[in-house]
Amino acid sequence: MEMISTFLNGLSLGGVYAMIALGYTMVYGIAKMLNFAHGDIIMVGGYTILVFMNAAGNPILATALAVVFCVALGAAVERLAYKPLRGASPLAVLITAIGVSYLLQSLAQILFGSAAKMVSLPNLGAFPFAGIRVQGYTLLTLALSVAVMAALTAFIKFTKVGKAMLAVSEDRGAAQLMGINVNAIITLTFVIGSALAAIAGLCILMKAPSISSTFGSMPGIKAFTAAVIGGIGSIPGAMLGGILLGVVESFCNKVSAIAPYTDAIEFGILIVILLIRPTGFLGKKRREKV
Amino acid sequence: MALLEVNNLKVSYGLIQAIKDVSFSVEEGQIVTLIGANGAGKTTIMHAVCGLIPKRGGKVIFDGRDITNTAPHKLVPMGIAQVPEGRRIFQELTVEENLRLGAFTRSDSREIAETLEKMYQRFPILKQRSKQVAGTLSGGEQQMLAMSRALMSHPRLLLLDEPSMGLSPLYVSTVFDMIRQVNEEGTTVLLVEQNARKALAIADRAYVLEIGNIAASGTGAELLNDDSIRRAYLGG
Repeated sequence: MEMISTFLNGLSLGGVYAMIALGYTMVYGIAKMLNFAHGDIIMVGGYTILVFMNAAGNPILATALAVVFCVALGAAVERLAYKPLRGASPLAVLITAIGVSYLLQSLAQILFGSAAKMVSLPNLGAFPFAGIRVQGYTLLTLALSVAVMAALTAFIKFTKVGKAMLAVSEDRGAAQLMGINVNAIITLTFVIGSALAAIAGLCILMKAPSISSTFGSMPGIKAFTAAVIGGIGSIPGAMLGGILLGVVESFCNKVSAIAPYTDAIEFGILIVILLIRPTGFLGKKRREKV
Repeated sequence: MALLEVNNLKVSYGLIQAIKDVSFSVEEGQIVTLIGANGAGKTTIMHAVCGLIPKRGGKVIFDGRDITNTAPHKLVPMGIAQVPEGRRIFQELTVEENLRLGAFTRSDSREIAETLEKMYQRFPILKQRSKQVAGTLSGGEQQMLAMSRALMSHPRLLLLDEPSMGLSPLYVSTVFDMIRQVNEEGTTVLLVEQNARKALAIADRAYVLEIGNIAASGTGAELLNDDSIRRAYLGG
């Protein structure tokens, strides 16, 4: 019974990691950059929820506004910080992303102070499930992450724009020759990633309703780890890596002898997988083009 | 008026002037070929015409419109399609997905289906493999796919960059047959080729490129019979 509950918690946490990892992996695949400010978009989403929960008290409205705000911020960051560096060395882009990350965290400290703030989200209670009681937020997180992943998969697989994203990811120049506006596709990628980050922010707050300026850092790093384990650039890989990491974390935390080492175990898995399979589970080895 | 006019094109990579001063034009309905040795700048010209690399100077005019600074993706709806060197098909997508991406800027799904059917009729092998990932096709099949993909946009001008490179003699003939056929159906063709003999044989007009400059020009037949061209490019 305990096992089922731990497993469900792991799946739910994994869903959160997967949603964030999708942002990393899609931006990596399409814009060919590591967006180290991605975790901080989660933090901005969290603060947006805090502000609107305090102002209006409606969690659905607050989440919707957090999604809208994060989408606008993600698109603005891409246009202002990353787009001018198209074609610059990857190191310059990476450093810029780290700069954006610090900028967002510092802005949050200026606006909200450095002390953690509590977000009062409604208590969803607990529900009986297969002989155990499952927390409402666990189920909601599971439902949200499954819905988001299904919608994204369908979008990529069945729409023209989704195919265009795959095309840009594989060969940007050839995609342009098809008439695909690569800049628009890159912006869209940031928009999707930021929306997912906002939803992930809600899920994290439902479980632990306290937020500070580094709110997105740990989930961001974990999700990045998940994206690399799954194979960075691969959408199913990010989902697989996220869920795997979430389940591992949930079980490690359950055993008191190894709970203090949970983070070390997770990053250890990353190292082991990179040693055995440097491209991650579902990452493809890119054939060098002549 | 020419369909495509390139005037005084200059392109540099860093300090190296790859294209010094190149002018040529492509009349509507023609097959025009640029021939020249490796490194003469043929592909550079193709990329510069399409806006994939920046130009240092000069003008590119398509159908009376200045496209010198037009973004590459905007050229497709204007009627320019390119088959890039090395084919560059989307290896991880299926054959049909590749073809449909060729029609990315078109919106009428019925017409797209008709064009798709036409491509399948021309190369039935593409229909047989339509659900297969394109990376599993042979080199020759990939070239058929790349050319068909470009035609999915209904271009007025088709740019072909080394379409016969690395292909078996059988596929080389197929490629040149297709170029002639596409041209007969009304598409203007600008062809960059190392296989100068075959290119000149089908070209209405040809330009010989030598380290960043046009060294000679004429009809395909004229250049085929020119002694110095024969010595330099056709092996005597």
